[in-house]
Formats: sequence, C-alpha cells, structure tokens
Amino acid sequence: MQFNTRILAHKFEYLAPKTLTEALDLLSKYQDKNIKVLAGGTDLLVKMKTIAMNVDYLMNIKDIPELNFIDTAEGLIIGATIPLTYLLREDKVRTEYTALYEGIQSIAAPAIRNMATVAGNIGNASPAADTVPPLIAFGAKVIIESKQSKRTALLEELFTGPGKTILNPDELISRIEVPEVKSNTGSAFLKNSRVKADLAKINIAVSLQRNGQNCENCKIVFGAVAATAVRARKTEKLLEGHIITEELITQTAKEVSSEIKPINDIRSTAEYRILMSREMLCDALKLAWARTNSKNLFDSQDGGE
Amino acid sequence: MEVSDTLKKIPIKFTINGQQKEVYVQSNDLLINLLKDELYLTGTKYGCGIGECGACTVFLNDEPVLACLTLAATVDGKEITTIEGLAKGNELHPMQVAFLKNAAVQCGFCTPGMILTAIALLKENPDPTEEEIRDYMRGNICRCTGYTQIIKAIKECASNQRS
Repeated sequence: MQFNTRILAHKFEYLAPKTLTEALDLLSKYQDKNIKVLAGGTDLLVKMKTIAMNVDYLMNIKDIPELNFIDTAEGLIIGATIPLTYLLREDKVRTEYTALYEGIQSIAAPAIRNMATVAGNIGNASPAADTVPPLIAFGAKVIIESKQSKRTALLEELFTGPGKTILNPDELISRIEVPEVKSNTGSAFLKNSRVKADLAKINIAVSLQRNGQNCENCKIVFGAVAATAVRARKTEKLLEGHIITEELITQTAKEVSSEIKPINDIRSTAEYRILMSREMLCDALKLAWARTNSKNLFDSQDGGE
Repeated sequence: MEVSDTLKKIPIKFTINGQQKEVYVQSNDLLINLLKDELYLTGTKYGCGIGECGACTVFLNDEPVLACLTLAATVDGKEITTIEGLAKGNELHPMQVAFLKNAAVQCGFCTPGMILTAIALLKENPDPTEEEIRDYMRGNICRCTGYTQIIKAIKECASNQRS
C-alpha cells in the first residue's frame, strides 16, 4: 500500500463557521482555493487519505444549528448536517418514505450512519449512492445556496457524471425537500452488493401509486448502472395507466436494458448488471405494488436479493 | 504555500470519559491519534483507517462513530467515551463482563469497537434477535472470526439487562 491511512498527511486550514451566512461567506472567499465542505466526512476523509486530493481549506459545517434539522410537518425536509441514523428514527420515513428508509438502512454500518449525511451522499455524487434513487423516486429537490444566490434543483437534474454535480465552487446544499407521498403509494428499495456493508453493484428504488387495479403513477430509478442515477422513463410509461399483473411486470422489466448503460468495474460486469437489473426491477415492482395495499409497509418479507 | 504559513494550533475543549480536557490540535489531526498518542488512551484500535473495520469505534455524544474518520478539531465542545471509560472503578461494564465470560475475546483487537457498538445496539434494541445483532454489528470485523462467541455474549448481556 502506498498511502498511509493512519494519518491525514496533507495540511490545510480548518474553518468552523457557526452560521450559514458565515459558511457561505467563507465558501465565496475561498472558492478558487481548494475549499472542501466537511459534513460527515465518511467519504471525504477516505479520499483525502487514499488519493492525492488538494484541500487547502476544510470547512466543517456540522456545528451550524440552522442546517441540523428534520421537518416532517409537510413532506420531508432534511437539513444538510442530519446524520442518516436520525432519519431511520423518524416514523414518517419508515412508513411513508419506505424506499428511502431501506436505502439508508443498506448503507455501511451504524457508526458510519451516525456520521454520514444525506446531503453528503448526494454531494459526493457517487453513481452508487443509496439515498439517491429513493429520493429521486419521491421527487426530491435540493436547495443550493451561495453568498449571492439561492436556487432549487430537482435531484435527478443535479448530477452531471460520476463525482460531478451542477454545484458551483461557492455553493453548498443546505437542505433536501421531499414532497408529501400521495395516498395509495407503495415504494421499495433493493440493493445488490457483495456483503451487506458494501457499496451497491446495482440499486433500485421504485414508487407506485395505485388506483384500483391500475397504476396511476410510477417512478423507477436505478443506481450504479450508468454515470449517474437514472430514471427508467420508458419503462415507467409502460406501467402507468395500466392494470398491473405479474405478466405485465415481467414483460416490462425486459425493456429496461435499453435505458441503462452499465460498465465493467471491480464490483461487477456490465452483462451481470443488465441481467440483474431486470430481476431486481421485477422484485421491486412487486414489492412496491404489494405495499400500496396497506399503510404498514413492512408486512411483506424482505424483497429478496 | 500560503496555507502552511497560516497553519496554527487549534484549541479545543471536550469531555473524555467524563473528564474535561483542553488541548491544542493541528487541523489535520485525527481523533484516533489524539486519543492514542496525546492522551495515551490506547484501547481504541487503528485497523483499516478507511471506515470499514470498526476497530476505532468510540462514542461521540453517546453514539458510536469512527475515530479514524473524525477530525480532532471537530470534537470541540463534544463528549467522547472510549473503552477505557466504561468501567466504574474496578467494576467492569456488563458488556465487558459478558465478553469475558463467553470467551468473546481472542486477540482482542476488535474487542473495544465490538463492545461499544454492542452497547449502542442494546440501547436501541434491548431484545435483539441473532439476525438483528449480526446486522447491527456488520461494521465491526473480527479477524479471528470469533463471531459466534461475540453474538453469544451480546445475547447474554441483553437477557441479563432485561431481568
């Protein structure tokens, strides 16, 4: 091993703003000088240890009270520094945003989830991020702030490639806003990984809204099978407005290979990812559909893997 | 470079195993090295350094986190508990007793992290099934593969706690 993970070898200046205004001022001031935002640090510090990464200024935002909140009054609003664990403790996340709950549960282990944040999982822009497919399936928006501006972007439009987003160097994600889940909606998240604590070879989130035997609304989002998380829009259309049967689900799932562009990497091959995507889509659709029947979304057994 | 000229020691105040401490740290100091090298609390172990093994688990404000991925400067104002802070005088924590009684310690390297994570588990879930124990403990790796005894110890501690 060429790198030493016992220490952080590179020196930098540590910044610890106590308000959002102060943080945005610092980002603006040092935007051309390799400034990085530290929230949970579970990805950033690993990168700083294992790859040559130029960080001259590191800004810890964890002690900014304005960013440390969850609001479930209307929809779900997640402040930038909320640890993943806190979301698992919200009843509303478990019962209504079930796919998000399952996505978070699938991430690493409790100690990591006590540190890591949703905003960090998003900002890191890994194509395999486990909170991203569920959040896209629920129509999440990201609030992006800088000293000069405040804008809102749909999460599905945030990513431009692996590790890349539309964020400018002086901007940060201040919160994530997820709309209220419509009635008669069921959702599911599935992940295929080597061991439970590992990153996804493929992950998928599905959200279905039911009207009698018909599927009224459908969202299907895949992770780790393209440069960014992707919506399978054509496949969604094949289900929307139709009576849901097992045959339709199986037929539809076959179409999904045209919508994903997986690669070969250390975790999996493209071929395996294509084949598994179909199977996982079938399982996720069936599970989500079954969950549209009841508010208690954990009545069925694990969705298989 | 401009940055290194301005590097200064950062004063931090925090509670470690119930005691107030004031120390100076560098911006790039990690919590694990502050604990081991400055405070001589060597119970916390350095395993992988990248958040995969759980050997460096400590409590930050009563919740398990990884000291190898925590900047020392960020614990300013916080409360840290390490394996050294569990016993009350000569009386071990019930989880420590359960580990000893069930021979859940082989080489001992994973033990501090295992014990802290197991305590956090029972706080969240006082009566976990074996499946739930395995799932919660999945970020703590034992190279001696002594998992059977570790799970037995956690179960025993849970049932003692409940009675």
